Amino acid sequence: MPAKTEYVTLKTDVLIIGAGGAGLRAAIAATEAGSSVIIASKSLLGKAHTVMAEGGIAAALGNVDPQDNWKVHFTDTYVEGVYLSNWRMVELLAKEAPDRVYELERFGALFDRTPDGKIMQRPFGAHTYRRLCYTGDKTGLELIRTLQDKVAHSPARILDEFVVTKIISVNGKVAGAFGISMRDGTFKLIECKSLIIATGGLGRLFKVTSNSWEGTGDGLALAYRAGAVLNDMEMIQFHPTGMIWPPAVRGLLVTEGVRGEGGLLYNKDNERFMLRYSPKKKELDARDVVARAIYQEIIEGRGSEHGGVYLDITHRGAKYIKEKLPSMYMQYKEFSDIDITKERMEVAPTVHYHMGGIRVEPDTGSTNIIGLYAAGEASSGLHGANRLGGNSLTDLLVFGKIVGASAASFAKNSNQIKFDESAVREEIDRILSFTDNSGTNPYQLIDTLRESMSKNVGILRNEKDLTKALDTIKSLIPKIKGIGVKGGLRFNPGLLACLELNNLILSAELVVRGALERKESRGAHARTDFPMRKDDVWRKNIIFTYNDGKNDMSFVEVPELPDHLKELGKEV
Amino acid sequence: MEDVKIKIRRSEPALSSEWRYEEYSVPVVEGMVVLDAVHYIQNNIDPTLAVRWNCKAARCGSCSAEIDGKPKLMCKTRLDSLGSKITINPIKAYPVVKDLVTDVSQNYEIAKKIPPFTPKQGLQEPWKFMQIDVTRSKEFRTCIECFLCQDVCHVIREHQSNYYGPKHVVKIAALDLHPIDSIDRSELMHHDGGLGYCDITKCCQNVCPEEIRITDNAIIPEKERIVDHAYDPIGVLIKKIKKRKW
Ligand SMILES: Cc1cc2nc3c(=O)[nH]c(=O)nc-3n(C[C@H](O)[C@H](O)[C@H](O)COP(=O)(O)OP(=O)(O)OC[C@H]3O[C@@H](n4cnc5c(N)ncnc54)[C@H](O)[C@@H]3O)c2cc1C
Ligand code: SF4
Ligand code: SF4
Ligand code: FES
Repeated sequence: MPAKTEYVTLKTDVLIIGAGGAGLRAAIAATEAGSSVIIASKSLLGKAHTVMAEGGIAAALGNVDPQDNWKVHFTDTYVEGVYLSNWRMVELLAKEAPDRVYELERFGALFDRTPDGKIMQRPFGAHTYRRLCYTGDKTGLELIRTLQDKVAHSPARILDEFVVTKIISVNGKVAGAFGISMRDGTFKLIECKSLIIATGGLGRLFKVTSNSWEGTGDGLALAYRAGAVLNDMEMIQFHPTGMIWPPAVRGLLVTEGVRGEGGLLYNKDNERFMLRYSPKKKELDARDVVARAIYQEIIEGRGSEHGGVYLDITHRGAKYIKEKLPSMYMQYKEFSDIDITKERMEVAPTVHYHMGGIRVEPDTGSTNIIGLYAAGEASSGLHGANRLGGNSLTDLLVFGKIVGASAASFAKNSNQIKFDESAVREEIDRILSFTDNSGTNPYQLIDTLRESMSKNVGILRNEKDLTKALDTIKSLIPKIKGIGVKGGLRFNPGLLACLELNNLILSAELVVRGALERKESRGAHARTDFPMRKDDVWRKNIIFTYNDGKNDMSFVEVPELPDHLKELGKEV
Repeated sequence: MEDVKIKIRRSEPALSSEWRYEEYSVPVVEGMVVLDAVHYIQNNIDPTLAVRWNCKAARCGSCSAEIDGKPKLMCKTRLDSLGSKITINPIKAYPVVKDLVTDVSQNYEIAKKIPPFTPKQGLQEPWKFMQIDVTRSKEFRTCIECFLCQDVCHVIREHQSNYYGPKHVVKIAALDLHPIDSIDRSELMHHDGGLGYCDITKCCQNVCPEEIRITDNAIIPEKERIVDHAYDPIGVLIKKIKKRKW
């Protein structure tokens, strides 16, 4: 057997970490530009979190509502992001979305149609017009399969079930990444000229979440430790409707498509309470508004039997529901013994999406580290303080393509950065230190963290609870030095948990510190002790930079709208 | 609620050819699925227990296993549908990597051989086509690549033919039925893909968690499109029964 400390070295122009929608779209762009590409993913190809996306992808095609155009999409996104977004990213998203959707169709994706044969579009929360293109309630699956096929027939090399544990950078320039191949239990060093982080979000910081196991904030922690700046970390979206019963499925997503297709929300008194909170947009207001309304109903004692509220789609009839929402029908039937064509669902908010992440330059997706790029949920700046449903899948395609092209063009004009092998040796030692039998079980610490985050960093935040969460995090930091599991490197979930815990703790600390600092309420960040939005002080991004072991916080003003967008970004 | 006893086949073939069943006692919570129980064991008893999973929502097709001998998704199988003693084995069609994780990579090699979507040329863009055409292909597009159909197919288990397997016929059907696709993959499926080996036992269809009617709607129509009947006696039979002309 080879010594455990051996490793294999691979070389590529562009390394992409993550095989969700963003990573795969980037890979297509980079190979098309002639770069050699390696895609590393900690799950199996085709299984990434994106595969779960349900409701659809937002693009102002105007197929159903001809009045729709990129300008309205811009306004919806910018205004609902509560003026925290980078306007240029929003502009790119709104303008390029239609091209990317039609391109995905040319790649082979099959969308549902209008009666006259165009791509069908459904309404979604806070989108002025019917704007979401979809394939039933399996849009993410369609997107991933289409991109996956395209990548499988391209020269890109796929390293799946490969966990990246470190990004190697020298003097602010990226040089490569290191990690473990779970399937054969070997270490690999990947040298690259440019590197794209497309690792998704950090929902797994919380106990109740819709996210897959991959969402442990790895990419954020890796980039941050390599010197990249993190942005808006406090901005975490709760999806209004997650399953609540039975306990084993708590948090599982109930797509906004249910409300898009006409689903109505009721409290235990049979009141359609959204009429009270949002007389105009009702069930289809922005997610932060609906999530807070549901939460309010629950804490004021008007919740359902198991502590949620009711979501009713029965009036649409069995045939329609099974055609438009087959996965939801299955999900309730299998997990809850409920037939949603006849009975109401019980739902409550669940942690869903991270608007914060790696700070990027809009037109290229580059970070402050030379050669390092980010896209998708791992990046930040587009969605501001609240993401609209459907805008994430659009984000993946629009910015996946942009970032793939710019990372390839950077690689073409650069040389491999040299680095000292000690960086690799240190990383191997760090990883092996977790395989010492005598350590404490990482899962217990992860549980403590997730429990505290769900309890204290919720829909309504306040200084007292946030401080409690920070105390928990601080008490866990010294303990993570002592974690460890038995077993080797091959498919060892305990070892993975040790590695992830380090990323989770770091992400948690930055989320909570950001949330404590932002003494106002904006979008998804709602403080009961500071209930007002304060534009004079807080139209700023809170950013973090890693400095010699310290997490430095600073602030950047949100860029003002340029003249050509001023009208579009006005408060309504 | 009573604890359940769960027996799991543990092995790491790269280190040793030995394997053993280990039994664990797991407390039950309402609505719990088999994957929850496996996670309980991982978190509280043995963190080295290997299992592949992603979504715990029956969406990603990662968590396939044989539960009490039946191929199923662990995240879609509720404990209350099983007895108080449960046995979990990895799926049998593929080599074990460790414990419940198998090496399914050969499927990705096959996927590379299937020609990708190739649109008809010269159509006006954006394309227009009808929902009914979408619906026909859509059944096959719900495939979550769980490989359970591959697992139960005796042709695949016997490892003695070139047959790609039902999952890949489903893929081919999804592509061939795309209203704008311009190529026919049945020739490939019959020659390189060995579809002739399938004797329509329908085992695959019975385990598909997405309820895709694999044999009825993908395999049989594909056999009917047969190009070279010498490769497919069953195909010939179907045709005869249906009294269709060549
Ligand atoms: C249930 C659900 C439904 C949704 N529905 C919609 C919808 O209808 N419309 C919409 O717009 N959005 C929706 N979203 C949001 C959207 O799906 C996600 O935000 C988006 O898919 C994120 O994609 P991504 O490419 O950024 O990353 P992901 O798809 O999360 O992929 C991350 C990739 O990075 C890899 N990775 C992570 N860490 C490492 C590491 N250390 N080493 C190697 N690889 C690593 C993972 O394995 C994975 O391949 C939904 C989300 C959920 C959970
Ligand atoms: S019908 Fe064909 S593919 Fe399906 S299990 Fe039987 S032999 Fe295998
Ligand atoms: S066809 Fe069904 S059983 Fe086969 S891989 Fe796809 S989803 Fe799984
Ligand atoms: S974990 Fe995704 S299908 Fe079971």
